[in-house]
Amino acid sequence: MENKKIATRESYGKALAELGKKHEDLVVLDADLAEATKTGIFKEAFPERHIDCGIAECNMVGIAAGLATTGKVPFASSFAMFAAGRAFEQVRNSVGYPHLNVKIAATHAGISVGEDGATHQCNEDIALMRTIPGMVVINPSDDVEARAAVEAAYEHEGPVYLRFGRLAVPVINDRPDYKFEIGKGVVLRDGKDLTIVATGLCVSEALKAAEALAAEGVDAAVINIHTIKPIDEELLCEYAKKTGKVVTVEEHSIIGGLGGAVCEALSEKCPVPVKRIGIRDCFGESGPAAELIHKYGIDAEGITAQIKEWL
Amino acid sequence: MPWVKSNRRRKGVFKMNTLELKKTANEIRKGILTSVHAAKAGHPGGSLSSTEILTWLYFEEMNIDPKDPRKADRDRFVLSKGHSAPGYYSALAERGFFPKEDLLTLRHTGSHLQGHPNMNDTPGVDMTSGSLGQGISAAVGMALSAKLSNDSYRVYALLGDGEIEEGQVWEASMFAGFHKLDNLVVIVDNNNLQIDGPVSEVCSPYPIDKKFEAFNFHVIDVADGNDMEQVAAAFKAAREVKGMPVAIIAHTTKGKGVSFMENQVGWHGKAPNDEQYAQGMKELEAIGEKLEKESGADGK
Repeated sequence: MENKKIATRESYGKALAELGKKHEDLVVLDADLAEATKTGIFKEAFPERHIDCGIAECNMVGIAAGLATTGKVPFASSFAMFAAGRAFEQVRNSVGYPHLNVKIAATHAGISVGEDGATHQCNEDIALMRTIPGMVVINPSDDVEARAAVEAAYEHEGPVYLRFGRLAVPVINDRPDYKFEIGKGVVLRDGKDLTIVATGLCVSEALKAAEALAAEGVDAAVINIHTIKPIDEELLCEYAKKTGKVVTVEEHSIIGGLGGAVCEALSEKCPVPVKRIGIRDCFGESGPAAELIHKYGIDAEGITAQIKEWL
Repeated sequence: MPWVKSNRRRKGVFKMNTLELKKTANEIRKGILTSVHAAKAGHPGGSLSSTEILTWLYFEEMNIDPKDPRKADRDRFVLSKGHSAPGYYSALAERGFFPKEDLLTLRHTGSHLQGHPNMNDTPGVDMTSGSLGQGISAAVGMALSAKLSNDSYRVYALLGDGEIEEGQVWEASMFAGFHKLDNLVVIVDNNNLQIDGPVSEVCSPYPIDKKFEAFNFHVIDVADGNDMEQVAAAFKAAREVKGMPVAIIAHTTKGKGVSFMENQVGWHGKAPNDEQYAQGMKELEAIGEKLEKESGADGK
């Protein structure tokens, strides 16, 4: 099957422009990256509610906090490296601690940033953001989910971190019964031998890997965890018990991200062996996104090979 | 505690008003000393240096209602130098946002008076602060919000002179100047001392006025930021400024009002022991008595 491909940052910009029609309190902040983060799409529709803060991410997060105290609902955007990395302490102290209704919407997460290289490839943002008490962390897998996530983030009262990608990824959730609920994992494929838990662009790769494994007689379930915090412990435990083995797959460091979150949940509630697939405690590098995804072992081929080796 | 209604100023009874404000400031200083002593920790120095500024803001300048701390059209205040929380809390208590007895719980486990202000804990606190450089950005966000919605409230942010070494202060200032946020007043409590010594010797931010001017602020210099008349004049002048944000640079004395704390860097973040507390309170009582005499004379 060949799906059409859309980058989730594109979905983000379009969803903002849609939501802006309905909600006058929605404002969008950017830090000189409106073209790249796609908040420019919102800017075109609502120029008076799009505020470019210039290259000053820490201040942008503070301004978002101030706006939120007065009842506005700000979406503050930059690349993940700067929104979650550079401005981490501002997000923690000015947004998280007062539990303000600010949405940090980060694009260009992970190694699929591609050619810009390691300085711009943030593989640590999920880990950083999920340590902040009260922060919701969402990493959508495709266009459909990204749009739904933006709307859910708006409706949610409190801070939300949204993670979007630069690379166009296959649309996999385009079905009439698709429903997005913060904190609810989605079973995309049932199986009995092991469970692959994936997030973001790795979900479609995990589905392909499950097909490859099936061809070799391994029956793998695939769960899409779009919300890393709060994580769907119930669903994870159900499948851990059912399949006895869990593999996590993410475009993020294996330290502290989805793999970390799943291990934390399972080790306390229903311990089973877990294999973490992701960026293995190293920095990225320059190169075309697809090549990097392959090189770092988070495409279908890499996932399949690592699972077979582990089993 | 005598509370001076703002309309007195409009009726022209300013002399009396100033005296009562001075007495109020002295009461706030007692609250600072008492709370920090009870906490056995906290920041008296910068609280005492900014007392006149807070007194003016909470008893004259701002449109606020202690009975409705979150009313939508209120003026906003952000204590960007969040470590001066004892001064902030004492002013809020004096103004009636919560009982003055609460000051004795400062920094105690379970108290609503955290070491640094948290908007969800303390009535009257508009923004959580304490990590330096961040409060001014939130204040800028509030001022921007008023502009976006055509609201008429004003926003005030109090910064330390050491705090302005933080780069974020200048990110925020660049934004405020560029967006011509004339509903924003930034006050720098220029007491010239930070933890490691005089700000002029640690990593000097001087000239402070020229920096804010360069970021398109209207700058008002206050020669003595512990002089109520001078503070009053500065805030009145700030109201007249249109088309740009205002920075009030208030030259103050760290530890003001308690002789052994004045201009002593050691009192930045240290609590007085019982003996020092008694001594400090005695000095403040004496100031209070002097002010009472002045107001008595003025009444006749």
